[in-house]
Amino acid sequence: MVKAQIRTEDLKLWFGENQVLKAVNIEIHRKLITAMIGPSGCGKSTLLRCFNRMNDLIPETRIKGKVMVDEENIYHPKANVTEIRTRVGMVFQKPNPFPKSIFKNVAYGVTIQGKLNKSETQDRVEKSLRDAWLWDEVKDRLHESAFSLSGGQQQRLCIARALANNPEVLLLDEPTSALDPQSTARIEELCLELKSRVTILIVTHNIAQAGRISDYAAFMYLGELVEFGETSKVFTVPQDKRTEAYLTGVFG
Amino acid sequence: MNSYKEKLFKVVTYTASMFTIVLLFGIIVSIFREGIPLFRVVSLKDFLGGLAWYPTHENPQFGIRTLLAGSVYVTLGALMVAIPLGLGSAIFVSEIARPRLRELAKPVIELLAGIPSVVYGLFGMAFLAPLIREWFNLDTGLNIFTSSIILGIMIVPIIASMSEDAISNVPKALREASYALGGTKWETIAKVVVPSAKSGIIGSVLLGFGRAIGETMVVLMVAGGSAQMPKSLFQSVRPMTSTIAAEMGETVVGDLHYRSLFAIAIVLFGITFLSNLITELVFLKRR
Repeated sequence: MVKAQIRTEDLKLWFGENQVLKAVNIEIHRKLITAMIGPSGCGKSTLLRCFNRMNDLIPETRIKGKVMVDEENIYHPKANVTEIRTRVGMVFQKPNPFPKSIFKNVAYGVTIQGKLNKSETQDRVEKSLRDAWLWDEVKDRLHESAFSLSGGQQQRLCIARALANNPEVLLLDEPTSALDPQSTARIEELCLELKSRVTILIVTHNIAQAGRISDYAAFMYLGELVEFGETSKVFTVPQDKRTEAYLTGVFG
Repeated sequence: MNSYKEKLFKVVTYTASMFTIVLLFGIIVSIFREGIPLFRVVSLKDFLGGLAWYPTHENPQFGIRTLLAGSVYVTLGALMVAIPLGLGSAIFVSEIARPRLRELAKPVIELLAGIPSVVYGLFGMAFLAPLIREWFNLDTGLNIFTSSIILGIMIVPIIASMSEDAISNVPKALREASYALGGTKWETIAKVVVPSAKSGIIGSVLLGFGRAIGETMVVLMVAGGSAQMPKSLFQSVRPMTSTIAAEMGETVVGDLHYRSLFAIAIVLFGITFLSNLITELVFLKRR
């Protein structure tokens, strides 16, 4: 068996006195889509934000345990947080393009790293926009404001912006919850296309969405990882009563 | 009974607002009425472009170029002091300071705005000017340099407080986006937060400009007061505002000198009106 891309060891997290994650052990497989489902406040977004250390930004956060990305503990005191975040990209619930041009949005990551020259940057921007299925729609107006795009386009721009860093992992935090059904469908298809290149983790409220696109599914409840396995199994023969109750709509 | 009260309330507030507007127009009309007749005697070109300001009874000359230059130099100098200080403290307070320090620092900065300008002038005259004179070996410490510093400190709170509002209004989602792409704190502030707050920051600078160019007491006390074209930062100048304040007492109602001071007031009004207008437009565009 190939080593897992991301692996947690007894990951516990507190916001102040409030324990949000309770000893989570999970293995995320390379180049597959893993969906994280569960009711609001179950800790699925918080767990996702552990994988690129976004929880560091919230004051009074305490973390115990390990998060291994490619067998490197990203919570090691000497870990390079900004470098980790270029390897593990993230797309948020609401599209959040910068108030800059489309081009500058996509180029942001490589610009701040300063490793690419001008023409390499242009190539990277074009490739990322193509990979996010946005190129044809924006190629003639790369220098217009990103706000001139529709919501669905803005979200694909955010995906392109994350892809421009050539990440190994893409974290998607309810990426379609602010979008219309058509834009949602497009982003789901895009995820299926992208999994040949990156490992995708997606947090979603939409059980049907998790069923449509994910290979593995993790069900979380009250900070616990209740069930984790192949989506086909979790959805058809859940091992835990709580998973079954959630999937059948008893609560959620 | 109730509807009577409602009506009274409406009438009172309506009268108050009308009164304000009428007052404002009254002031504008009167400065124009007193100032405009000057231009029957002195051409606009000689007035704005003339180098000599000799408001004497015989052979007077009313060129305000030196006064205009005095105002502009002192104001630009003040902005050079106030923009880095104001923007720096705005960034510190909203992005870097811990919550407790922020709660302390913001009111302290805003408190600076409550100090009367004459107190700033007094400080400049009594402490800063002698210091500047000694350090740079000058004849007088009352010059562009000193007044720029004092005036700059005076408008720091305006720039700091308005910029801070603009910066802390930048959505958290944009900061998160920058961090998630591997941005450091500094890169996030410099490349995302400050550019996103650009219009608010520009607005604060324009407001500071309007405040500085109209400020009278500080420049009257610290700028030295000689109507000359300055050749260095360490020369005395006589800005438009202090000219009006210093000379109005010497004039005879209706004579040319009297009218020329009103004409200067028109120029000042025009400049501040324009800068306020631009500020409004900048903010309007943001909404």
